[in-house]
Amino acid sequence: MQFRLEKRQEPSKLLQVLTPIGAVLVTMVLGGIIFTLLGYDGLGAVREIFLSPLLNAYKWQDLAVKAAPLIIIAVGLSIAYRANVWNIGAEGQYIVGAIAGTGVGILTNDMTGWWIMPLMMLAGVAGGAAYAAVPALLRVRFRVNEILTTLMLTYASVYLLNYLLAGPFKSPTSMGQPQTVMFSADQSLPYIIPGTIVQLNALLAVIVALVAWLVFSRFVFGFQVRVVGAAPHAARYGGFSADRTVWLAMLISGGLAGFAGILEAMGPVGRLILQFPAGYGFTAIIVAFLGRLHPLGAVLAGLMVAITFVGGEMAQITIQLPFAAVGIFQAMMLFLLLASDILVRYRVRSVRRAEIAT
Amino acid sequence: MDISLTPRLQLHGITKRFPGVLANDNVGFSVLPGEIHALLGENGAGKSTLVKMIYGIMQPDAGEIRWNGQPVVIHNPKAARKLGIGMVFQHFSLFEAMTVLENIALGMDAKIPARELEARIRQVMDQYGLHLDPHRTVSTLSVGERQRIEIVRALLLKPTLLIMDEPTSVLTPQEVEQLFVVLRQLAREGCSILYISHKLHEIKALCETATILRGGRLVDTCDPRVETSRSMAEKMIGGGLKDIKKPAGRTLGAERLVVNRLSLPGAGPFGIPLHDVTFTVRAGEIFGIAGVAGNGQNALLLALSGEELSRHPEAISIDGAPVGGLPAKQRRLKGLASVPEERNGHAAVPEFTLADNTVLTARDRLGMVSAGMIKSSSARTYAGEVITAFAVKALGPGSTAGSLSGGNLQKYIMGREILQKPSVLVVSQPTWGVDAGAAAAIHQAIIDLAAAGSAVVVISQDLDELLSLCDTLAVINGGRLSKPMQVEGADIEEIGLLMGGIHGEGAVHAV
Amino acid sequence: MSSDIVIAILMTMAGAATPILLAALGELVVEKSGVLNLGVEGMMLVGAVITVAVTLTTGNHLLAVACAAAAAALAALIFGVLTLTLSANQVATGLALTILGTGFSALFGRPYTGKSVPTVGSPFPAELATDPVWRLLFGHSVFVYLALIMVVAVWWFLQRTRSGLILRAVGENDLSAHSMGYSVIGVRYAAVAFGGAMAGIAGACFPLALTPQWVERLTTGKGWIALALVVFAAWRPFRLAAGAYFFGLMMIFEVYAKSSSSFRVLPSEFWAALPYLATVVVLVLISLRREGSSSAPACLGKPFIAAG
Repeated sequence: MQFRLEKRQEPSKLLQVLTPIGAVLVTMVLGGIIFTLLGYDGLGAVREIFLSPLLNAYKWQDLAVKAAPLIIIAVGLSIAYRANVWNIGAEGQYIVGAIAGTGVGILTNDMTGWWIMPLMMLAGVAGGAAYAAVPALLRVRFRVNEILTTLMLTYASVYLLNYLLAGPFKSPTSMGQPQTVMFSADQSLPYIIPGTIVQLNALLAVIVALVAWLVFSRFVFGFQVRVVGAAPHAARYGGFSADRTVWLAMLISGGLAGFAGILEAMGPVGRLILQFPAGYGFTAIIVAFLGRLHPLGAVLAGLMVAITFVGGEMAQITIQLPFAAVGIFQAMMLFLLLASDILVRYRVRSVRRAEIAT
Repeated sequence: MDISLTPRLQLHGITKRFPGVLANDNVGFSVLPGEIHALLGENGAGKSTLVKMIYGIMQPDAGEIRWNGQPVVIHNPKAARKLGIGMVFQHFSLFEAMTVLENIALGMDAKIPARELEARIRQVMDQYGLHLDPHRTVSTLSVGERQRIEIVRALLLKPTLLIMDEPTSVLTPQEVEQLFVVLRQLAREGCSILYISHKLHEIKALCETATILRGGRLVDTCDPRVETSRSMAEKMIGGGLKDIKKPAGRTLGAERLVVNRLSLPGAGPFGIPLHDVTFTVRAGEIFGIAGVAGNGQNALLLALSGEELSRHPEAISIDGAPVGGLPAKQRRLKGLASVPEERNGHAAVPEFTLADNTVLTARDRLGMVSAGMIKSSSARTYAGEVITAFAVKALGPGSTAGSLSGGNLQKYIMGREILQKPSVLVVSQPTWGVDAGAAAAIHQAIIDLAAAGSAVVVISQDLDELLSLCDTLAVINGGRLSKPMQVEGADIEEIGLLMGGIHGEGAVHAV
Repeated sequence: MSSDIVIAILMTMAGAATPILLAALGELVVEKSGVLNLGVEGMMLVGAVITVAVTLTTGNHLLAVACAAAAAALAALIFGVLTLTLSANQVATGLALTILGTGFSALFGRPYTGKSVPTVGSPFPAELATDPVWRLLFGHSVFVYLALIMVVAVWWFLQRTRSGLILRAVGENDLSAHSMGYSVIGVRYAAVAFGGAMAGIAGACFPLALTPQWVERLTTGKGWIALALVVFAAWRPFRLAAGAYFFGLMMIFEVYAKSSSSFRVLPSEFWAALPYLATVVVLVLISLRREGSSSAPACLGKPFIAAG
C-alpha cells in the first residue's frame, strides 16, 4: 500500500473549517506525548492548558482579557496576509501604538472629559498605522521586502520604548522605575461586565471583527484585497492598484495593532512599563492562520489561543510546567494546521504498489 | 536478424489515465532507424503524455515499450538518455540566469570537465551549423537561439532517437527551414526522429510516416507524403472540418481604435520595449498581430488594456477620445475590453468562483457595485449568462475558475468580455492550448463581435489562425510593428521575413 | 584613538559578525535552491540552547557544536517536510519554525539559565597572539576562522562543483530541473538541512564565543539580520562576508556606547537599535541598485509539485 495525492477539482470548504479544529486536537495528542517524553507530566499539561480554562468558569473572564488584543491584531493581519502583504511586525506596531496613545495620555493625565479616551485610541491607531507606513512606503517605492523591514522595526520599537520609559515618558513619581504615570479614570477602559475584569476592549474586539468581516465579504475593497493576494496580474488586469492595496493592508493591519496596543495600555496594564511587549503581535500571527485568515475565524482562534495562555498560567502553578511550554503548543498548532492544508487542496488516495510499478 | 529491420522504438498498448481523463488509450506504433516519424494530433490528443512516457518523465499504466526489440522500463529521463533517447521540449527546460555552457552541462548525465565539454559543444555546433557562444547568458538569447541550446544538448549525447515536441511553434518560417536541414542530416546519419506537431504542411515536408492521435487513441498511421493536408486534418479532428462563417462583402466602418506612435520602456529586466507602434482598427475590422513569441506582444497587450500606462494620452484613442493615460478601469468604461494570453492568474483568478471572476472585469460596465458594495446576485446572473451563451462546461457560477479545463475557461473569459459588448476588443493567443471545438467557437464569437461593429485586435503566434480570421495583419518584431497589410493576397514569404526581423538582428539586443 | 582600541574594535566586530555570517551562508544555499526558510532565528536558538546544555553536561565543545548543528538541522527538516513534501506556505512555516524554536529553547534552557559556559578560544597557539597586531590574525575564536573558510567553501561549491550547479538549477527553474531528471525535492531537502546545520553552528557561537551563558532569546534577532544579509549580498558568498562584517561593526557600537563618551550624543538605546535600523537602510539602498531583485533565484519561495 502506498498513498498518492490527487488534486481536488475544488478546494474542500468543509475541510477548510475542520482542519484548524483537527490541528488543535492533534496538537493535544502529540503535545501530550512529546511532553511526556521530555520528562514532564504530558497528560497534565494538555489537561491544564487546553481544558482547565474552559471547565473553570472563573477563568472565562481571563480568556476575554487575553483574547481581545489577539483578535484585534489578527483581524488586521488576516487582511494583510490575504493581500499577500507579510506584515510580521505587528508587535512593533502594537508597541508604537501604545506609545503614541500613552503620549496623549501623559499630556491629558490631569484633565477630565469624555473626549480623552477616544483621542488616546485614535492616537494609538495612528501610531500603529504610521509605524506600518514605513515598511509600506519602502515596499511600494523601493520594492523592499516587508517581512524583514516590519521585523527590524519591531526590534527598534522595543528600544524606543526603553528609551522613552527611561527618560521622556518616565513618571516623576515612579521612584526611578522605568514606567509612565498610571492612567486616570477618564483614561482607563470601563469594565463592561460588573464584578469581572472584562473591559471595553473585549467588546471592541468583537466589533472590529464583525466590521472587518462585513467589509471583507461584501465590499469591493475586500474583493480587491483577495484578488491582489491571489493573483496580482489579474488584479492589475481588473483595474486594481497593487500599490494602493499594499498601503491599505499595511495601514489597516498596523492601525489595528496600534489600537490593540493602546487598549492594552488603557485596560489591563494601566500604564506603560518595560514588560509591556508581551508578544501578542507575534502570537496573533498564529491566530490569524488558525482562523483561516477570516475575521470571524480570528475570533474563534483568538479564544482558542487565549485558552492556551490562561491554561499555561494555570499549569505553571498546578503542575509546575514552565510557561514556555505554551509557545511550543502554539507553534505546534500552527505547524499542524499548515501541514493539514494539503488535505484541503488534495485528496489522499491509497494505491496498490502494483499500479505504480507498471 | 538484420539490425536495420528491427524498429528502434516500438510501443504496444500504451495506456495512461489521469483523474477524469484517459490520456492514452491502447496506443501502439513503431519508429524505424533513420526514420522521421510524425506524431500528429490536436492539443489534448495525448501526444505530450505519450512522449513523456517514452522519455521516462511518466510511467504508463499499462502497455509495453520495446527499444531495439528489447522490452524496457524507462524509469526516468536519465534512463531514457542512457538508452539513446534525446528530447527537445516545446517549453524549453532552460535556466535563464545561467550560461549556455552551464545549461548544457546540466543536461549531461556524466560529469565532464568544463573545458572538454566546451570543445565537444563547438564540435557539434560546427557539424550541424548551429552557432552559439557557450558563455552567453540564456536570458540574452532569442527564442531560436534557445532552441539551438536544447538541440545541441540533445545531440551531445549522440542519440539514436530524437524527440522534438512542437519545435516550430516559436520559430520563423526561415528558422523552420534551417531546423529541417539539421533534422534531415541527423536522419541520414541513422538517428530516428519522433516529430510532434499539429502543423500539416510541415509534416508533409519533413516526415516519412505519421501516427495520428485523437482523444488519446491511435487513429491511423499513414504516409504524409501521399496524404492530402485535408485528409490528415480530418483524421486529426474527426469528421469533416467546420469552416468559419465569415460574412461576405463586409464594409468597414469608422476608426474605433487608433494607436499612434505608442512607445513604452520594457517592464522588468528582460522586458521588451515598444517603439512607435502605429495602427488603426475600424468598426467591423479584425486586425491581426503576428510575431514570434517574446517580441513585445505582452507589452503591447498591457499597453492597450491599460495595465501599463503611456506617457502620451493621445498615443491610444478609442472612438476619437485619447485614453493612453487612463488606467484599465477607465478604459473599460470607454468600451475597451481585453483578454491576455495567460488564463490562470491573469485573465482569471483560478481560486475564485466564476461569478467572482465576472466582478473582476465587468463590475463597472454592468453595474455590479453600488456604494462600494458588490451585488453578488448580479454577478451570479451574468456568470450564468456567459456559461449558457458560450456553452461553457461548468457546474455553475459557483464553480472555481481553476476547476475548468483550459478550453472551457478560455470560452468563459472570451464570453465574459464579449457579452459586455465592447467597442474595442484586444485578445492575445485566443486559442492557445484549446481543443479544436472550443477554438472554432471562439473564432466564431470574434467574427460575430466584429460583424456587430466592434473593432477587434488579435495577437497570435499562430499564423494560420490569423490568416483565416483577420482582415488586416501586421507583424511585431523587437517591439516594432510592421506596416499593416491586407490579409487577402498577403505574401507568406514576406510575413516570414518580417517575423524574423526585417528591422535587423540588432533590434532585439541593441536596446 | 590608539591602535589598541582599533584592534579591540576589529576583534569585537569579527566576533559579532561571525554568527550572522554562518547563518546567512546556510540560508544563501537554501535560497539558491529556491526555498525561503524564515526560521533561521528559531534554528539559531535551538543551536544555542543545545550547545549550552551539552557543554555544561559533557564539557566537550566539539560535541556541543555537532549536537547544535544536528538539532537545528532536524528542526529545519520539520520545515522541509511541511514545505517540500506537503507544499505548505514557506513564509508561514518559517515563521512557525521561529516560534517553535523560541518556545523550545526557552523551555529546554530553563535549567541552564544564568550558568556560565566555558568559551572556546583561538585554534592557534597562544604565543602567536601575544602581540596586539598578531592577535588580529590569530586571536579570534575558532568560529571566526570557520565562518571565513565556509565562505570560500560555499562559493566553491556553488560555482565550481556539479552538485552546486544542480542546486542552482533547481532554484532557477524547478520544472526544468525536474524534467531533466534531477530530484528537486531531494536537492531542496539537502539544502534545507545544510541551512539548518549552519544556523545551529551560528547559534553555538553565542554561548561559546559571545555571551557565555544561556538567557531566553539569546540571539536577539540576529537570525533575521542574516536573512536580510542574503538579500543585501545578492546571493553572493564574498559579498555576504563583507556585509556580515559591516553589520558586525553596527552591532558593537552598543558595547562602546556604554563606555565611551563620544557616543553619548545619542541615547544608548539608539546604538542598540542601530543594527536593525541599518538593516532597513541597507535594504533600501540595495533596492536602488538595478540588479537587486533580478539576482534572486527565480523559484525562491514557490512550492514545487511534481506532475505525474
